[in-house]
Amino acid sequence: MGGLITRRDGLLALALVLLVALVAWRFPTFATPGFLGGVFTDSSMLIILALGQMTVILTRCIDLSMASNLALTGMIVAMTNTAVPALPIPVLVAMAVGIGAALGALNGLLVWKAGIPPIVVTLGTLTIFRGLIFVISDGQWINAHEMSDGFKALPRLAPLGVPLLAWSAIVVVLAMALFTTRTGTGRALYAVGGNPDAAVYAGIDTGRTRCIAFVIAGGLAGLTGYLWVARYAVAYVDIAGGFELDVIAACVIGGISIAGGIGTVVGALLGALFLGVIKNALPVVDISPFWQLAISGAAIIVAVLFNARAERRPGRIILKRAERAGSSTDSTMVSGGAS
Amino acid sequence: MNEIGGVPGTPGPSGSPGPRALPDRSRGWLARAGTSWETLLLVVAVAIFLLNAQLSPYFLDPWNLSDATFNFTEKAMIAFAMALLIVAGEIDLSVASIIALASTAMGFAVQLGAGTPVLVAVGLGVGLACGAFNGLLVARLGLPSIVVTIGTLSLFRGIAYIVLGDQAYSGYPASFAWFGQGYVFWVITVEMVLFLITAIAFGVLLHKTSFGRAVYAIGNNPTAALFSGIRVPRVTFILFLLTGLMAGLAAVCLTSRLGSTRPSIALGWELEIVTMVVLGGISILGGSGTVPGVVLAAIIMGLVTFGFGLMNVPGIVMSIFIGLLLIAVIALPVLGRRLLRARR
Repeated sequence: MGGLITRRDGLLALALVLLVALVAWRFPTFATPGFLGGVFTDSSMLIILALGQMTVILTRCIDLSMASNLALTGMIVAMTNTAVPALPIPVLVAMAVGIGAALGALNGLLVWKAGIPPIVVTLGTLTIFRGLIFVISDGQWINAHEMSDGFKALPRLAPLGVPLLAWSAIVVVLAMALFTTRTGTGRALYAVGGNPDAAVYAGIDTGRTRCIAFVIAGGLAGLTGYLWVARYAVAYVDIAGGFELDVIAACVIGGISIAGGIGTVVGALLGALFLGVIKNALPVVDISPFWQLAISGAAIIVAVLFNARAERRPGRIILKRAERAGSSTDSTMVSGGAS
Repeated sequence: MNEIGGVPGTPGPSGSPGPRALPDRSRGWLARAGTSWETLLLVVAVAIFLLNAQLSPYFLDPWNLSDATFNFTEKAMIAFAMALLIVAGEIDLSVASIIALASTAMGFAVQLGAGTPVLVAVGLGVGLACGAFNGLLVARLGLPSIVVTIGTLSLFRGIAYIVLGDQAYSGYPASFAWFGQGYVFWVITVEMVLFLITAIAFGVLLHKTSFGRAVYAIGNNPTAALFSGIRVPRVTFILFLLTGLMAGLAAVCLTSRLGSTRPSIALGWELEIVTMVVLGGISILGGSGTVPGVVLAAIIMGLVTFGFGLMNVPGIVMSIFIGLLLIAVIALPVLGRRLLRARR
């Protein structure tokens, strides 16, 4: 565990290929490079967000505020662009990442310094960020004609024939793969999630590591905020509403354990692509898009059933056996050690 | 169930190497003060009530107040069951989707010509079935409840979308309106009575029965609870059933009040209900909290919403306030305790 690719990732990749093959069997155009490239581009933002969420989940935390962070950052960037159209776009992108990271840092500090459970913190900031969008925008929409042309064009620029939107996902995937497998902080994420007590004794500051994870998730959410607003050329209060659950779903399908410490970049990537393929395949095979929600729900449940088998830790087997014995019939006591 | 149900809220406070889940000890002075949390909530509730009465001349009208209770009664019914679930260290994020599915099933039954008693049975039955499905996955198969219920959140509402698409069901019988629009006596609504009955029922269940003690035991240490002879999976399963049932009841009330069903019904309620529970002093880590606290939190949230509404503050701005309240209410005791320790 902890490597770049696991056996589970291989299985998921196989499932993904089968899914594509199944759709392509009826509709051959689906498997053409152009179409699949489109699916990847369409999934790019989900991929970036899933990688951010992954860093947080690895440390045994959760960030429910990512979609609200995205929407707030997107709105601020769009308003800045409207107010100062001359501002170069790279500055705006850097601003988006910065604002997102700052919002993430707020989550991280509340978890670290105030000791509030992450689910409570991000439940709170989820509503606060969303509400702030209304306050700063006064409920108004920023429409396409108010944004500068460069602002809207950037995600569509296609160096080497691949849209910049897809490039950004590729770059983030590579960067995160390096970060989680080749840096001390990246490995600390796994240590903190795998066993926080042991991590402390190994000299890792668990609170700081968690905070860093939230900052990364926030920064990626901020980046996605710009991409989202620029791609759809509109910013309003409700953009990406409820998307935080899609992001968590991508992580769960990707085999990232909600109990922390287990998960890979490849897994998160595949999980996001899985949802992306389903979303794009439904209209192709002529199934009403209303099926999408139920299908992704079912996929989450199947995925978590799979995860449960992979996550059973060897150290807890004795206890597990005792628990199972205890739950089926009247408890036969087996030595209850490791926990 | 292992390690507090895999709820990802189990970090050591502020990165301290100490034991991760000992709410009794880490909340020592708070627990010893016993009622202080509920007292604090009561003070806040009274303060908001008086403030509202000062700010708006329309607030103290009994009919207005009666209308205001609709803000929280349906959510609170679910919050009581959710409170027990969270005390036991689990969580159910699918409750709003259960409402959507139960409401859709009731709408479907109406098309087949079902009468009011059948409709209520369908609503409660679907709620129970959904709760049983969650309970099966969590209690029997040992899956983390937060992930399972995120999955069923999509699944249940997804089924409602498959059935309804962009359509809506309506045409509920006139007698069905009683649950959400009826009055028992003067300004006392049927929903208020249901709110009180469920509050008392869950209060008694948690605080006066051995089942309730088992719920606390599981929340504090599921392994120790198991080895003390508590049938942990069974208790967990029952808690999911009860939560499903309450979501079914809320679906009956809400559908009756609105008179129609859309698949987006009660969207986002799960987060409001969890907020209500946590605000009520239930530890998200499990093992502590009381039902009266949740009752007060429900009333506070209702009063805030209503008061802001009278001042023409948009709903989304109220949500900022609720979010701040949630974080402040959890952070203040922690920071206060740290201040106290620093002074020593």
